[in-house]
Amino acid sequence: MALLQIRNVTRRFGDFVAVNDVSLSVEAGEFFCLLGPSGCGKTTLLRMIAGFDAPDGGTITLDGLAMVGIPPEARNIHTVFQSYALFPHMSVAENIAFPLRMAKVAPAEVAARVGEALKGVSLAGLGGRYPNELSGGQRQRVAVARALINRPKLLLLDEPLAALDAKLKEHMQLELVTLQKEVGIAFIYVTHDQQEALALAHRMAVMNHGRVEQVDEPSKIYGCPRNRFVADFIGTCNILDAQVLGVEDDCVRLRIAGLGDVRALGTDHVQPGVKGALALRPEQVAIGLQLGPNPNENHFSGQVFDSLYLGDVTVYVVELGNGSRIEAMLPNSAPGRVKVFEAGDAVEIGWRVDAGRFLAD
Amino acid sequence: MGTIRTSKWLIAGPPLVYLLLLFAIPTLIMLVASFRQPGQFGGLAPLISGPTGAEQVNLTFDNYARFFGSFLYAELFITSLVYALITTVICLIMAYPLALLIARSPKRHRDLLVLLVILPFWSNFLIRVYAWIIILGPQSLLVSGLNLAIGVLGLEPVRILYTPAAVVIGLVYVHLPFMVLPLYANLEKHDPGLLDAAQDLGAGVWQRFWQVTFPLSMPGVYAGAALVFIPAFGIFAVPDLLGGTGSSMIGNVIKQQFLDSRDWPFGSVLSMVLTAVAVTLAGVAAWFARRSRS
Repeated sequence: MALLQIRNVTRRFGDFVAVNDVSLSVEAGEFFCLLGPSGCGKTTLLRMIAGFDAPDGGTITLDGLAMVGIPPEARNIHTVFQSYALFPHMSVAENIAFPLRMAKVAPAEVAARVGEALKGVSLAGLGGRYPNELSGGQRQRVAVARALINRPKLLLLDEPLAALDAKLKEHMQLELVTLQKEVGIAFIYVTHDQQEALALAHRMAVMNHGRVEQVDEPSKIYGCPRNRFVADFIGTCNILDAQVLGVEDDCVRLRIAGLGDVRALGTDHVQPGVKGALALRPEQVAIGLQLGPNPNENHFSGQVFDSLYLGDVTVYVVELGNGSRIEAMLPNSAPGRVKVFEAGDAVEIGWRVDAGRFLAD
Repeated sequence: MGTIRTSKWLIAGPPLVYLLLLFAIPTLIMLVASFRQPGQFGGLAPLISGPTGAEQVNLTFDNYARFFGSFLYAELFITSLVYALITTVICLIMAYPLALLIARSPKRHRDLLVLLVILPFWSNFLIRVYAWIIILGPQSLLVSGLNLAIGVLGLEPVRILYTPAAVVIGLVYVHLPFMVLPLYANLEKHDPGLLDAAQDLGAGVWQRFWQVTFPLSMPGVYAGAALVFIPAFGIFAVPDLLGGTGSSMIGNVIKQQFLDSRDWPFGSVLSMVLTAVAVTLAGVAAWFARRSRS
């Protein structure tokens, strides 16, 4: 049985439904990400798991115990807040010792465990400092050490790296992953940064407008988005309105208005006439002056409209005959690359039939 | 460079002038007066007297000798300190929940609640103290009701007016807003996220108060304590009106020296000692406040 079970949880604020009939489960030892744009309900859901807010309907159970009605201080769940919420009048060591003191742990044991925790987050020797004497990354470590010291069953992290600069953020992400593996405590990590979620999570839930759109492993979310929102929100994606013309053995034939017919992977139960979108990742789109004909590929010719040099890759925006645009991505390290396309160049693009996915609306 | 210095002085100048005119110079006048001799009909004897050529400067340590020569005055200071201390503690206990309530109310209600706290300032201080003579008098509903109740229990009726209890009630009433306002100003700035964090980490409601809210409010506590303690220490109107013969404070004696005994120099000595004690205590409070903040 899962460590945390969320069943049909709903939370309304007046007419606004912040969390709408959400069901999720998180396993022991799992690194789980809640991803979604701001206002999607992920923070409200987190506050309900922590106990600061109560659902209007549905149940939350931790280890089989119903959580609704139990106050935050009595839950075996700790939170790392976005602002860290370190106590400014307590030293680093006192901050980390706080949960132990609240649990009435003997002072000698508190001292020993705080010392260990400080070492664990590489802050040994900084126990006497005050929060305002620490850097952003150090504060973040103190907040994590404090939340983990009395080994909760579940750790909630509310955008804990949002305040850090990009370089430090990446470093802290690696630290968090290592730490989570070491302590083996389940993490629920809330973020609006899809790259962060893809990098950290064992599994992730994509939320929008209070609903969970998809729950899966990051590679599945990225590779097989279930709907238009997920495809668009995670990574970059070419999304073209399409209608199903016919269903074949292992693919569907689609009509894309103004462009023509393509073949793509379909989801189950797709009927001819269904409307939806073709989702196509730029890195799956081949681009060249001339692409050899291939029966397993969709094939179009167009003109380079614009290009975006990103260092490791370059994204080319190719305008097709009818004015619709498709992004294609080429790694700049590709061997034998001699030609960098310029705007206005006539090019051909193509993608394997199984690279495109049809997403029914 | 020069203009920056000039404008700095323009900004700092007026307050410095007030401080000099309204604080430093009067204190200096008082200090000199404390070494002078009383005039025959009140006031001060001339600083320089005697025939031309044989003038003498009339300065003396007698006034200080009189103060330090008798335990009576030290006792008055101690009594006043005890009154001021009791007042400060009661004010703190009464003001804290009120300040916390205001600070935690919805933002749109806070201004109204603060207004209610300072509302009494709109009527005259003496009139408000006079009102307590009626409230605490033996015929008042409060006291007669109280005596009726304890009479049922078979106890002797009590008197409140003209007792030390009445003085404490009056002192607390007068000074309460000076405790509420600095406490509120401090508590209002607290980050509610800290309480969430404390609760999340296992702190119950009392632990959240004693571990987070109270220690963080110490600067407000010290500010409020100083604003209550120092004026309560030197006050004379409240013990004059509400206290009996046995509940005089040092302020009463200073007033008597100036108005009744017409001994200005000795009144000045008492004032100087009062100022010195108050400044010392304020310094101690400020030191504690600084330490609690770092």
